[in-house]
Amino acid sequence: MGKLEGKTAVVTGASRGIGRAIALQLAKEGANVVVNYSGSEDKALQVVEEIKNIGRNAIAVKANVSDNESVQNLMSQALEAFGSIDVLINNAGITRDNLIMRMKEDEWDDVISTNLKGVFLCTKAVTRQMMKQRAGRIINISSIVGVMGNAGQANYVAAKAGVIGLTKTTARELASRNILVNAIAPGFIETEMTDALPEDIKAAMLAQIPLAQLGHPEHIAKAVVFLASEDSSYMTGQVLHIDGGMVM
Amino acid sequence: MSAVLERVTKVVVDRLGVDESEVKPEASFREDLGADSLDVVELVMELEDEFDMEISDEDAEKIATVGDAISYIEAKVNA
Repeated sequence: MGKLEGKTAVVTGASRGIGRAIALQLAKEGANVVVNYSGSEDKALQVVEEIKNIGRNAIAVKANVSDNESVQNLMSQALEAFGSIDVLINNAGITRDNLIMRMKEDEWDDVISTNLKGVFLCTKAVTRQMMKQRAGRIINISSIVGVMGNAGQANYVAAKAGVIGLTKTTARELASRNILVNAIAPGFIETEMTDALPEDIKAAMLAQIPLAQLGHPEHIAKAVVFLASEDSSYMTGQVLHIDGGMVM
Repeated sequence: MSAVLERVTKVVVDRLGVDESEVKPEASFREDLGADSLDVVELVMELEDEFDMEISDEDAEKIATVGDAISYIEAKVNA
């Protein structure tokens, strides 16, 4: 019997990378999953197919998390399909890397809109349902760079640090209603997002990791299962660093 | 007792665990009935469900007493 039998999870940005691994891992533990995507429909449908092969139910819903109407539609489709929202994973994220001196205003705005405002909108949209349920888990995917800073990623880092503050505030506001809110700060995880980095940057990052290897999306997905399950029922407002020891 | 008053009273009693006799029109949710800010948000949510209406965030912020809730709902129902 899985740890999340009968639960419904909404995973934003679930068609690729860490979000995809999270969606699959939650399904393996018994959850039905709403696979949100913004562009990669084919890949989202593949994730849905894989979840169905595991024997769980899933739907793919297109939504731009930085747009309130789109987010409302995502959550109502989730409720319509499964009748509850027990777990929300705010994972959707983009990068528009540049040095501050070169960063354009729209590069800043796009990243803050998706990576920070998106978390706010999705959180707000599930709160009503979770308050009624008197139960819920919200897990925000931040990043280790939100804790340590990272040259060339001012927008991304600001958003990810913002997510940590938002996590702690949401945790405080909703604790009395048994809604637990935690964040995960992944380190350097092998995904398309990190594949895009130049080799020398990758080598430099690897040199900072005490466990001397890149992480895998599954490392993050397993921590998400922990935070979504009864195993973490006395934890809220925390940030789990899953980074091979990069930040201690 | 008007139907609206009766239904609002029931929601307030259920949600805040207060005695029916305390739910007077002049009673403030926060000062007299012991609600915290989240309780008030939740109360508004339940009134929305009870009366099958949407109460916008701006309107919800103006609802501080039992009487505010009743007159708001009555105005909307009769509109």
